[in-house]
Amino acid sequence: MKKLESTLLNMALVLTSVSLVAGALLGYMNQLTAEPIRIVEANTLSSGIKKVILGGAEGELTLTKVDTVLNDKGKVDFVIYSTADASGKPLGTAVQRSENGFGGPLTVLTGFDDKGTILGYEVLKHSETPGLGAKAGEWFRNKGNIIGRNPSTPLKVSKDNGDVDAITASTITSRAFLKAVNASYNHLFVERNANSGATTTKE
Amino acid sequence: MNKLNILLNGIIKENPTFVLLLGMCPTLGTTTSAINGLGMGLATMFVLICSNVVISLVKKLIPDMVRIPSYIVIIATFVTVLEMLMKAYLPALYASLGLFIPLIVVNCIVLGRAEAFASKNTPFDSMFDGIGIGLGFSAALTLLGTVRELLGSGAVFGIKLYSDDYGMLAFVLAPGAFLALGYLIAIINRIKKA
Repeated sequence: MKKLESTLLNMALVLTSVSLVAGALLGYMNQLTAEPIRIVEANTLSSGIKKVILGGAEGELTLTKVDTVLNDKGKVDFVIYSTADASGKPLGTAVQRSENGFGGPLTVLTGFDDKGTILGYEVLKHSETPGLGAKAGEWFRNKGNIIGRNPSTPLKVSKDNGDVDAITASTITSRAFLKAVNASYNHLFVERNANSGATTTKE
Repeated sequence: MNKLNILLNGIIKENPTFVLLLGMCPTLGTTTSAINGLGMGLATMFVLICSNVVISLVKKLIPDMVRIPSYIVIIATFVTVLEMLMKAYLPALYASLGLFIPLIVVNCIVLGRAEAFASKNTPFDSMFDGIGIGLGFSAALTLLGTVRELLGSGAVFGIKLYSDDYGMLAFVLAPGAFLALGYLIAIINRIKKA
């Protein structure tokens, strides 16, 4: 078979059909993987909540309330997960918050006890540089440990006159991470107390 | 050309990283650790094999003047498929490579092989070329990742060999990538001459 000539009609036809086939294939694959992706994300979230509240220890944990706070643009500002143990005794609250990191949104889930002490954290989603900012998932448990701290005075990296060690060569990621933790604390223990009793805060 | 030759050609004689010096962006960017290098290599290999076979199958149907956009659409489709599959079934690897997966679309190795090989050879040969080049790329990235991880964070494939307090941070960062790659190419050229 001879190769198709580069006439205008041929070119338009070929490009259109290539795009159509590609579009159809992608649509099909999207349908196929949407469910597994949703399950993976839900699992990351539920195991994340368990981790940030129990700090790695085994134990029963049930979600008692999920509260999504929207900002005035209708975007998700905070998601607040209240938890309790098997007997119904409150264990702590996990707050999910996104801030802009170096490569895109950085979503952090932070667990607080009733006084606002950080029980644990988990980076749920990020687009940071592999090997650098992407280390945030472990870093703030080890070198720049924030577990057990209370952000009533906002946590800051040493470059900003704070006392948290920033991830080496990833100050922007570290700042975004701490910003998310501080904002979560502020929302839960300052803004909410100001209008206590309200179940959903208006922003 | 004999199949084994095509395969070896991609791994040794025309190794995309050490000989052709193609695809430097993912090579330097993702090889902060051995496992990231290997993951990126295998991801690229998947795209290479698929795009090589498909482009070889449809080469007669694509007019010369629109071949580059057509190839790019085909390659981009496979990259997006790969991205969705990794998100669904390999979330941990996807999280660590993240940003670099969509960038496979503009990896010049993939388009380069489509132009230089798949558009002139049979689908079966093109598949072998994809496997060969893919293996060569994966091996090179794993090697570079191993060197950088060992010198930079004191580990290989995540197994700690010494405390990362003594690691040379430069090797995890961009300058170390250039240095390590330069030395590896020099060593390989020396071995080849001997």
